[in-house]
Amino acid sequence: MEILTLYNSLAVYLSLAAVLFGLGIYGFITRRDFIGMLISAEMILNGASLNFMAFNRFLAPDPAIGQIFTLFIMAIAAAEAAIGLSLVVAVYRYYRSTDCQDVTKLQG
Amino acid sequence: MTPSVFSADGLVGIIFLLMLAATLVGGIVAVTAKRLVRAVAGLIVCFVGVASMYFFLNAPFVSMMQILIYVGAIAVMIAFAIMLADPENKLQQRKGNVVNSPVGFCCAALITVGLVALAFRAKWIAFAKINDGSVDEVGTQLLTSHAMAFELVSLVLLIAIIGALIIAKEGRR
Repeated sequence: MEILTLYNSLAVYLSLAAVLFGLGIYGFITRRDFIGMLISAEMILNGASLNFMAFNRFLAPDPAIGQIFTLFIMAIAAAEAAIGLSLVVAVYRYYRSTDCQDVTKLQG
Repeated sequence: MTPSVFSADGLVGIIFLLMLAATLVGGIVAVTAKRLVRAVAGLIVCFVGVASMYFFLNAPFVSMMQILIYVGAIAVMIAFAIMLADPENKLQQRKGNVVNSPVGFCCAALITVGLVALAFRAKWIAFAKINDGSVDEVGTQLLTSHAMAFELVSLVLLIAIIGALIIAKEGRR
């Protein structure tokens, strides 16, 4: 496997997508503030999109479907980030904190 | 056959390796940085790297949308949320949960190793292409066979805008 022709191999793109997904999972578990968790969620979505695009380029019979799916993922991610960040701002107004261990009012 | 480093193919390979490294470094900074502003900067580098991956995957339109939506909208919105909510003030007093970090690392490492092993070992079967996946084709399919989902996404975005406004207005006096 020559290092300068790596851009033509499916496994490299799949591995990069897997690493992005794993980094997102790691950040989502270890971060303690809501904004850090949102950042990690965006990285998970990016890993999934990259996986779709890699299969779309190398294997799929119709290479437009994967692009359309990725565009939809981006639109949903934008909606999710807008709602999530407005929730973060509202939570901060009420609790004066964005730490996920301070927001325990429903814990009983 | 390895292309020469100074030929066009070699340059493409070098740019690909640089962008691969940028994606990985940006992602690592985004999840491990202590200060959230640095995490957002790493996230932007990671998004630009992923956009260049889309370019290498024959999808310049998706690559442009990645930069427009993720870097131009989502990263800027996260930066504004950091400025509004100021989550850094309590950072020094608190220690992280000691259980979280090894458990998170083990989960993420297992998932990543499993997916990478699958990517390298599986025998993928390619099908013959029925079109070229150009921007023309994407636009045609968006407005014919996927028109329903296209309209629904616009509805979802409209509701998200209204919902974000209402939620963020709540509690302000």
